[in-house]
Amino acid sequence: MADAPQTGKPKVAFYWCASCGGCEEAVVDLAEAILEVVGAVDIAFWPVALDFKRRDVEAMEDGSLAASFINGAVRTTEQAEMAQLLRQKSKLVIAFGACAHLGGIPGLANLWDRESIFRRVYLESPSTDNPDGVLPQVRYEDDGRPLTLPGFFDTVRTLDQVVPVDYYLPGCPPTPNIILQAVRALLRGELPARGSVLAPDQALCEECPRKDSKPERLGLVEFKRPHQVLVDEGTCLLAQGLLCLGPATRAGCGALCVKGNMPCSGCFGPTSRVRDYGGKALSALASIVASNAGEEIVRIFQQIPDPTGTLYRYSLPASLLRRRREVRAA
Amino acid sequence: MPEATHTTEGGARAAPEGFEPRIVAFFCNWCTYIAADLAGTSRMKYAPNVRVIRTMCSGRVDPQFVLEAFARGADGVLIGGCHPGDCHYQEGNYKTLRRYTLLRQVLATLGIEPQRFRLEWISASEAERVRAVVNEMVEQVRALGPLRLEVPQEVPVPRQREEVAA
Repeated sequence: MADAPQTGKPKVAFYWCASCGGCEEAVVDLAEAILEVVGAVDIAFWPVALDFKRRDVEAMEDGSLAASFINGAVRTTEQAEMAQLLRQKSKLVIAFGACAHLGGIPGLANLWDRESIFRRVYLESPSTDNPDGVLPQVRYEDDGRPLTLPGFFDTVRTLDQVVPVDYYLPGCPPTPNIILQAVRALLRGELPARGSVLAPDQALCEECPRKDSKPERLGLVEFKRPHQVLVDEGTCLLAQGLLCLGPATRAGCGALCVKGNMPCSGCFGPTSRVRDYGGKALSALASIVASNAGEEIVRIFQQIPDPTGTLYRYSLPASLLRRRREVRAA
Repeated sequence: MPEATHTTEGGARAAPEGFEPRIVAFFCNWCTYIAADLAGTSRMKYAPNVRVIRTMCSGRVDPQFVLEAFARGADGVLIGGCHPGDCHYQEGNYKTLRRYTLLRQVLATLGIEPQRFRLEWISASEAERVRAVVNEMVEQVRALGPLRLEVPQEVPVPRQREEVAA
């Protein structure tokens, strides 16, 4: 890169917000290709693997990082602070993985709020032993010494709801293939328009190995779950009654789940033409149900356990409504 | 989800003085919109709270339209289409029925009461039905009060760690 720092190699950072850690594993999943990456960049900050501190980042000049790869949704004040700090120090911020991109699984917590989550986790869950009913505090005095914890937001946010994001690497986690393509494009300076999702802008069905067996008209009268069927390995999963979200989901993963006989659950999110993944996925499902009778339609959709969690599994914070409605005293 | 329901399903919130529900109505070009037109030319009076959007078919109403209406301040969304069997495009209204069935389930889990989202079959001659449905829905939504969907827009900049906000 022309504007690389003194060492000649661009500096990059990795950071982990509200996520499971699978995105960090995905970096290691690059296998021998990781040597190519490590040879081409200086890793300036990667708390999960290397001993850098926050103050090291604070000491950097603004814009001195070529790119920060941030995974995870934003759930706490600490994550918001780190996202803002890395934004300030980076030329590019890349939302890495479904949680940073769309909110991901942690984003399903937007069906609740801080109070109900704390009550459940610290007071009500069967394995909790908390006789004094202590809840997390952002500040606590112990013998005059203040102790602090990050604050916990009511609402989980996507990374781009907190700081401007330049690119998105979708997936739970992003696959080695799309990570490598993105890193190579970054190193060559051949990135597409800002704001792009770095994966093909078409539906997963287009790259699905079972595509040819997808009937012209799918007509489902029953949704089945994977454990209820002996899956035929060559046939379209929707045609077998499995709720596959491939028609509503962006391609780029190589249909990994489908190749493993599991229906697509939508982790790559929508294509660029769709604003609300769940709404569009819902529309796709409504199209393939073969019934025009009210009661039968109700019965068929009842076979989908937890429709909201299924349709918005990775994208509730990025949806139009973003969370369950909060009712506050007027 | 018993934990989550307590916040919104009381329904007992008193509507503030002077609250006028805002209802976005998607009416199909061939039936319900004509009926609404007929209601107008027949000088029928009904609640002025609906903002009618004409679509060629109720099947044109993408679930995203409904979600966006709620996200941008609608207190209710009404979809009007042709009676079953009467769709100008043969099956568009059946598709609407399937979407509506699933979408109202999703909306309920997101804390939006079922009275705020309604689908009605109203043929071109049923002007009286437009009047009755609109009036009834406006009163139901009025009783529920404003939707007050607080879509969190800005992240509070946490300069101090103690600072916690929604």
